[in-house]
Amino acid sequence: MATQQSRSAARIMMAPAVILLLGWMLVPLTMTVWFSFKKYLPLRGGDLGWTGFDNYVRFFTSSAFWPSVQATLVIVGGVLAITIVFGVLLAALLNQPMWGRGIVRILVIAPFFVMPTVSALVWKNMFMDPVNGLFAHLWKLFGAEPVSWLSEASLESIILIVSWQWLPFATLILLTAIQSLDSEQLEAAEMDGAPPLKRFGFITLPHLSRAITVVVLIQTIFLLSIFAEIFVTTQGAFGTKTLTYLIYQRVLESQNVGLGSAGGVYAIILANIVAIFLMRIVGKNLDT
Amino acid sequence: MSLLNAFRAATALTVLVSTSAFAETLTIATVNNGDMIRMQGFTEDFTAKTGHEVEWVTLEENVLRQRVTTDISAKGGQFDIMTIGMYETPIWAKNEWLVPLDDLGDEYDAGDILPAMAGGLSYEGTLYAAPFYGESSMIMYRTDLMEAAGMEMPDAPTWDFVAEAARAMTNKDKEIYGICLRGKAGWGENMAFLTATGNAFGARWFDEDWKPQFDSEAWANTLNFYIELLNDAGPPGASNNGFNENLSLFQQGKCGMWIDATVAASFVTNPDDSTVADKVGFALAPDTGLGRRSNWLWAWALAIPAGTQKEDAAKEFVKWATSKEYIELVAAKDGWANVPPGARKSLYENENYKEVPFAKMTLESILSADPTNPTIDPVPYVGVQFAAIPEFAGIATQVGQEFSAALAGQQTAEEALAKAQALTADEMEAAGY
Amino acid sequence: MARSVTTRRKTLNTLFAWAVGLLIFFPILWTILTSFKTEAQAISDPPVFLFFDWTLENYAAVQERSNYMRFLWNSVIIAGGSTLLGLIIAIPAAWSMAFVPSRHTKDILLWMLSTKMLPAVGVLYPIYLIFIRMGLLDTKTGLVVVLMLINLPIIVWMLYTYFKEIPGEILEAARMDGATLKEEILYVLTPMAIPGIASTLLLNVILAWNEAFWTLNLTAAKAAPLTAFIASYSSPEGLFYAKLSAASTMAIAPILILGWFSQKQLVSGLTFGAVK
Repeated sequence: MATQQSRSAARIMMAPAVILLLGWMLVPLTMTVWFSFKKYLPLRGGDLGWTGFDNYVRFFTSSAFWPSVQATLVIVGGVLAITIVFGVLLAALLNQPMWGRGIVRILVIAPFFVMPTVSALVWKNMFMDPVNGLFAHLWKLFGAEPVSWLSEASLESIILIVSWQWLPFATLILLTAIQSLDSEQLEAAEMDGAPPLKRFGFITLPHLSRAITVVVLIQTIFLLSIFAEIFVTTQGAFGTKTLTYLIYQRVLESQNVGLGSAGGVYAIILANIVAIFLMRIVGKNLDT
Repeated sequence: MSLLNAFRAATALTVLVSTSAFAETLTIATVNNGDMIRMQGFTEDFTAKTGHEVEWVTLEENVLRQRVTTDISAKGGQFDIMTIGMYETPIWAKNEWLVPLDDLGDEYDAGDILPAMAGGLSYEGTLYAAPFYGESSMIMYRTDLMEAAGMEMPDAPTWDFVAEAARAMTNKDKEIYGICLRGKAGWGENMAFLTATGNAFGARWFDEDWKPQFDSEAWANTLNFYIELLNDAGPPGASNNGFNENLSLFQQGKCGMWIDATVAASFVTNPDDSTVADKVGFALAPDTGLGRRSNWLWAWALAIPAGTQKEDAAKEFVKWATSKEYIELVAAKDGWANVPPGARKSLYENENYKEVPFAKMTLESILSADPTNPTIDPVPYVGVQFAAIPEFAGIATQVGQEFSAALAGQQTAEEALAKAQALTADEMEAAGY
Repeated sequence: MARSVTTRRKTLNTLFAWAVGLLIFFPILWTILTSFKTEAQAISDPPVFLFFDWTLENYAAVQERSNYMRFLWNSVIIAGGSTLLGLIIAIPAAWSMAFVPSRHTKDILLWMLSTKMLPAVGVLYPIYLIFIRMGLLDTKTGLVVVLMLINLPIIVWMLYTYFKEIPGEILEAARMDGATLKEEILYVLTPMAIPGIASTLLLNVILAWNEAFWTLNLTAAKAAPLTAFIASYSSPEGLFYAKLSAASTMAIAPILILGWFSQKQLVSGLTFGAVK
């Protein structure tokens, strides 16, 4: 359909965005790769020469590496599971007839407006603190010993905080998708005597698969790089050191830019593995 | 009369013109501790005296470190004055990143700075950061709870006495915990406390060949003693408690004893914030009879990054903020108990300050810490609760996370020590020791 | 809509949905309430919910310590500026992707999204050095550019999905009627594209407003936005729940209010345009 002329016009219109993103990707990436082959210690005089693959070997063989990959995947997976399961349930609930749906919807999306730093601070201090937190008061009310959330259930706590922030997003996408569901199809199934659970499982859920794909794609992109929630709450203690946090520790706490850059390259590789994996699914599901 | 007024106005104008000709705007990075926030409140006094304006960048300690270290090592030039500590000063000075502060003038009286502080903030005999306040650590305890337990705190207790008293004071049903100690992971949090405590138990970070010593019996004793004590007599979630969390607990009357920074004394005895202000006693940090006590030495100090365009104005600010006059300014407005402590000898000779209940114990604690000779066995490093080498912060934070996990019961003390030994050895090898 | 709903069922739905909604909103509500308590009331045991002496002292204390308006203004400029700049660059790109698709269009889109996966911490040092070289440290310009680049993929993606919804036939019809390209864009396309652009704008303002890594690390005093404001309250000495709550409320209030007033566009923005 499109003419040669409109094609070249399209290329020109796309050029600024593509060139800018290419630059934003390539310039820091090149510098990171360059640093990763250097012994670069700012506190010891900066550039101390080339070291080959030393930084890569050291980062990979450090005892903190695999646990950090694991923690990253557990957090991403946990948040995805929680937000999708509760998102579907919540969307189904909000789709029912009720009074004041608009207000309920505002209440549900509000967490999305809160800065990650603020939400981590609020959860850590006002809810999860084992002495003054609201959970501690609640536990004592029922005669239970208050739980020290951030050390005894550290990963779970972080997953909870992050899930709270992302649940609105999942709920809204899924709600929009449910609303577009053909109600006649549901009614027909109801007439045929299909119980509600079956109707949900065989008609609603398959209809949501595209929406769920979008939730997984967008959330994964944001979740792979969460930082503030960990920095504010546990600072990487108690098994919550993600790959991002480990790199932070190498670059800023240990002031070893070379080693941290090697970690950055690993993180980029991990992100790309996840991305390729995601795009396989998304590519199939996003054809419209 | 009108002539006099005109004359006054003219003089005021001249002063205004003469100062504003050189007026600069200084950007100062500082930590959000109480004394620094009070200093911000007095900024106008500085501006009135010198004509220079001040832009404050106030950040929480961890964020501050991250910001200033990145900026100075990349030579970003974002700040004209940085608030740093005894750990950073010698390392940065060695890299020639700081402006020497050996020319602050006679009026400033640099000789009045406590020698322990000046020593820790100097490199090769030259002062590179001026102490805003200095601290050691000591025991703060509840006199009423101690009495109720039928015990009496000596001025210089042993760890055995402290442990016994802590267990006797604990009443978990009433949310009274005998002892609050740092457990939150970080080189400036639990590792500051544990390194200083290790000194009293005969432990050290490195031997004279820079070999890590976490496999020693002394470290096993230190860590086991600490974990058992906090399990028996500490608050819940101790492994997440740093200075601020413990301060809050103590002010709410939930701690029997608290061993921490001497500057906390003014906060726990301030009736505006503390519910137990009139029931607090002080004692030296405990020992085990081996010849070293568990107290540390620290100063928050103001340093000027080399390469700043506003060196002269920055020096004026440093002089102002760390002067005797500043102390008097604060005393006049907020009382002697609230002046920044631990930096100047003259403060402890001041008759007004001698009446402050914690003044004597603070000074004794500071004087009993020796950064150049911190441990029982000899070590190659300087620093009581840290080793002043660039790698320390990174290593100690990771070690701190292992110890914190041990305190939370996620691993045994032995496992934590074995991991600490391995990762320290690894990092030291990477750094080329 | 032949289905009749019993009042009883509707009541049950309503009660349940409100309970869940309030539960999700509770942390924010609790923060706002706590910001009006004294420090002692903020930690009282048992906690007080509504019946306490409401006070504004925490807000006064926070304002006395830091110049809230300046942080707020910086946040507004940075979030707004980066979003507008992003839209200017993204609209032509998304436009051509939607109306002149090639077989690489989808690959380019997914590649753009994948650039968001680079760990920011890993490239802090390189970016910091570049910023020093270009004199961009602690400038709003620098942050506008960085945040624009970070959110550009999302903006392109969203606009693309919205634009794709605009039927091509309408354009052809307009052309048949003799509309010039200018008229076509001005009177036919723009009205249809505006809701999508508005949603994109809102969502990206929120994302930029909440970005806390670059805004904290690339600023000092002049360009510091509300994320830096919060960083000075995260763990002060002593009792601080009420002051922390006041500072938190001040940091999130503008965006909460914006969100509430533009709920409709925002709801469609929150779906990233990906689901109809």
